[in-house]
Amino acid sequence: MEDDAGLAISRRGMMAGSAASMALAGTATAISAEAQPAAPAPTMPVSLTVNGRRRDLSLDTRTTLLDALREHLKLTGTKKGCDHGQCGACTVLVNGQRINSCLSLAVQHQGDEVTTIEGLGTPEKLHPMQAAFVRHDGYQCGYCTPGQICSAVAVIDEIKAGVPGHATQDITRRAPLTREEMRERMSGNICRCGAYSNIADAMAEVAGAKA
Amino acid sequence: MKPFTYERARTPAQAAAAVARTPGAKFLAGGTNLLDLMKLEIEAPGHLVDVQDLKLDRIEKTREGGIRIGALVTNTALASDDRVRRDYGVLTRAIVAGASGQLRNKATTAGNLLQRTRCPYFYDPNQACNKRKPGSGCAAIGGYSRQLGVIGTSDACIATYPGDMAVALRALDATVETVNSAGAERRIPIADFHRLWGDTPHIETALAPGELITAVTLPKPLGGTHLYHKVRDRASYAFALVSVAAVVQKDGSGRLAIGGIAPKPWRVEAAEAAMPQGAQAVAGRLLAGARPTRDNAFKVPLVERTIAAVMAEAKAA
Repeated sequence: MEDDAGLAISRRGMMAGSAASMALAGTATAISAEAQPAAPAPTMPVSLTVNGRRRDLSLDTRTTLLDALREHLKLTGTKKGCDHGQCGACTVLVNGQRINSCLSLAVQHQGDEVTTIEGLGTPEKLHPMQAAFVRHDGYQCGYCTPGQICSAVAVIDEIKAGVPGHATQDITRRAPLTREEMRERMSGNICRCGAYSNIADAMAEVAGAKA
Repeated sequence: MKPFTYERARTPAQAAAAVARTPGAKFLAGGTNLLDLMKLEIEAPGHLVDVQDLKLDRIEKTREGGIRIGALVTNTALASDDRVRRDYGVLTRAIVAGASGQLRNKATTAGNLLQRTRCPYFYDPNQACNKRKPGSGCAAIGGYSRQLGVIGTSDACIATYPGDMAVALRALDATVETVNSAGAERRIPIADFHRLWGDTPHIETALAPGELITAVTLPKPLGGTHLYHKVRDRASYAFALVSVAAVVQKDGSGRLAIGGIAPKPWRVEAAEAAMPQGAQAVAGRLLAGARPTRDNAFKVPLVERTIAAVMAEAKAA
């Protein structure tokens, strides 16, 4: 655990160190891709609350919420998988609801409250879902895990709030908090390693689900 | 992604006027389909008018005994509404059969109606596509067409309308309400909302440029058994090969709309008269004139079998 944390910090520290040159390279790419001496890409101020902290940014309007989190706020827990809303690695909670942060522009989220994996828990004080993923081995490579955990937390909230799902037998009643309900609702999160059964076990434990 | 400017509109008329006066402008609601297409530069609006502040996110009763669904009601909110679950169950069923939980939280009623085809040749800018680039041809015709249309298609385009929600709305005889930049309102029956491709597959709906959807209304409840069967290559989070939205009454009469086979939710009212005679009679009339490809010829018997399954389930209910 200690070693892992140390590795993670050094890797991210190195990336942050080269952020300035990356940003410059990014600007150059944007201009050349735009063909000829066009006007610079429009930027806008965006203020949002991320993990309880207000953040004020000035962003190219094209910046997705995902890229704002990762590239501008250095919250690299949220992952970029497909960048097209198909894999769920970028799942975060916005105003308490899970969304694909890759399919949302940062400017759409003025004033919103965003919770990322970093805001759910910390290495010292894990969120119950994070702890359950560790206990049940709900991952192999871990790349999809932040999205899986954000989605898993939201799925249980959705079922408790009475949101119907495709597995719900009687849609005129509240769906029961069962494994079957949870599994179907997790279909927007792909795990290439195939840790699905362990993810389902972790969720069932947190939910106190009946088989 | 091409650069664009961005603004938030305060009223529907203001939003419509902003899009109408700015060349290359588009409305932005949830953004789940538009942003995906912008990343691929299949869509390249120079200006986005974000409509999220228009307060079109309520579901209310109409004087006629139906409901009016605001254009910005999310898929999750619509599927979860108590009246919809009780009186228009086919709509809840169709919505939760589509996309993923994350997408349904962001996708709106109007945006869902306007989602574009998932034809793989439309999505690949290296391929000819009359929808993406009018006059360039159709690589899907003679290409890999398992997912594509079997009826209502044309020599210019064989794409399908991909959604689920609209298939239920077609069975329920919904009406789409709009406003244009002059503030004029219009009501478009769902049957007329999505167009057949013909020679102009890039024109997909009855909306005029700058015309904004404000609501979708449903007539008073029909009663009956509400079902939505979706057949797809994966049990969840996949587009339909064939889907059937059905409202079936105790006497065996009812309504059927089919998804996954045509440029629009496919409903033939005259075919519904054959429901008491069984699925074969219904499907024969529904699919009269079908022109499947070698890859998707399976959809023709699949429509009949899915209708048979729906009718059997309705009978048992």
